[in-house]
Amino acid sequence: MKSCLVVDDSRVVRKVARRIIEDLGFSCDEAEDGVKAYEACQKAMPDSILLDWNMPNMSGIEFLEKLRAMPGGDAPKVVFCTTENDMAFIQRALMAGANEYIMKPFDGEIVATKFSQIGLL
Amino acid sequence: MKPQDFDVYKNMLYAKSGYVITIDKAYLLESRLAPVIKKHGIANMDLLTMKMRSNPPTALVDDIVDAMTTNETMFFRDQKPFDKFRDVIVPGIIKAKGPNCTIRIWSAACSSGQEPYTLGIMMKENALKWAGVKFEIIATDLSREILDQAKAGKYSQFEVQRGMPIMMLVKYFTQTGETWTIKDDIKNMVQFRQFNLLDPMEQFGTFDVIFCRNVLIYFDQQTKGKILEKMAKRVHKHGYLLMGGAETVLGITQAFKPLEGERGVYIPA
Ligand SMILES: C[S@@+](CC[C@H](N)C(=O)[O-])C[C@H]1O[C@@H](n2cnc3c(N)ncnc32)[C@H](O)[C@@H]1O
Repeated sequence: MKSCLVVDDSRVVRKVARRIIEDLGFSCDEAEDGVKAYEACQKAMPDSILLDWNMPNMSGIEFLEKLRAMPGGDAPKVVFCTTENDMAFIQRALMAGANEYIMKPFDGEIVATKFSQIGLL
Repeated sequence: MKPQDFDVYKNMLYAKSGYVITIDKAYLLESRLAPVIKKHGIANMDLLTMKMRSNPPTALVDDIVDAMTTNETMFFRDQKPFDKFRDVIVPGIIKAKGPNCTIRIWSAACSSGQEPYTLGIMMKENALKWAGVKFEIIATDLSREILDQAKAGKYSQFEVQRGMPIMMLVKYFTQTGETWTIKDDIKNMVQFRQFNLLDPMEQFGTFDVIFCRNVLIYFDQQTKGKILEKMAKRVHKHGYLLMGGAETVLGITQAFKPLEGERGVYIPA
């Protein structure tokens, strides 16, 4: 079973995302900010990460930059999932090594399509 | 709605588009016609039905047909047909016609343009591999309104997210707020025309590939058969037909046969 780490400071979003991702057949862990996500990745690198942008302590983009610099940190497929929907943000995310980008609001179909397009499904 | 009233719409829809609706969809008819009634300043459903019985203006008929047909579509819909286009179909045509050929493609019910634009993007993405090939994309639909949308090439955030990979979104679209507009170099690759699949198809010449996806599904066997037989005459011997995930030629026509091992891809028999 593939694993996914859902990183979002909103408990509600995490819950919604978890349901979607478990329905896609993934095991799911949660983190509420970049710091917690980083710690989780140090313990065990997930196969995929669904990542919010704006979070306290450490933002999604900071986390992604750190992740990609970690040993083994180039392995997880990272999908941003954020209300930041400006082209400039998207480009920055791609430069930092994001594999896909979801602009909130999102639904299960969008997550499934994106996951499938980057070879997770 | 009275069955005899329902039949007025059912028969009109069938004659104009080939769409088949059954009486259990009467509720849908009423709710979909509500905006049409409003737009044309007609007081109620009964008056609309009366108008339909006499000699209704074309604009009204078009709007009713539009309201009843489904325009549901998305970029890279089902993915597989587009993979096959890249990996099987284009190589097959190049083998038959040579590396410097023109490949003519017909998107036969293109809705708001996602299907032909997906093809345009694929051509750009594979430009090096297909350097000598010239592509021509003709995209048609029955609905003028949906074609206007297709030509404008403007999509909501929701529409682009349902299928457009993010790298390609950034590369081939410009953004204004939540509206994403396809760039001119892709837009200019597609010729849009209004066309009813029930009509004769000679005007289009001959194609190497026909995309006829998620439209025949709404028609009865006889209409499907007629359309497919007309299409068989519009596709080269070495050409291909692609259908939707829930569609097939089997049991409908002998004019096409499945391409072995490639689900959803058909070749002239
Ligand atoms: C569900 S969409 C399919 C779009 C696209 N081919 C796809 O697979 O995503 C069906 C389209 O068929 C068009 N249509 C319905 N009847 C038609 C007819 N008789 N001739 C041409 N187009 C028709 C509708 O206007 C609608 O845009």
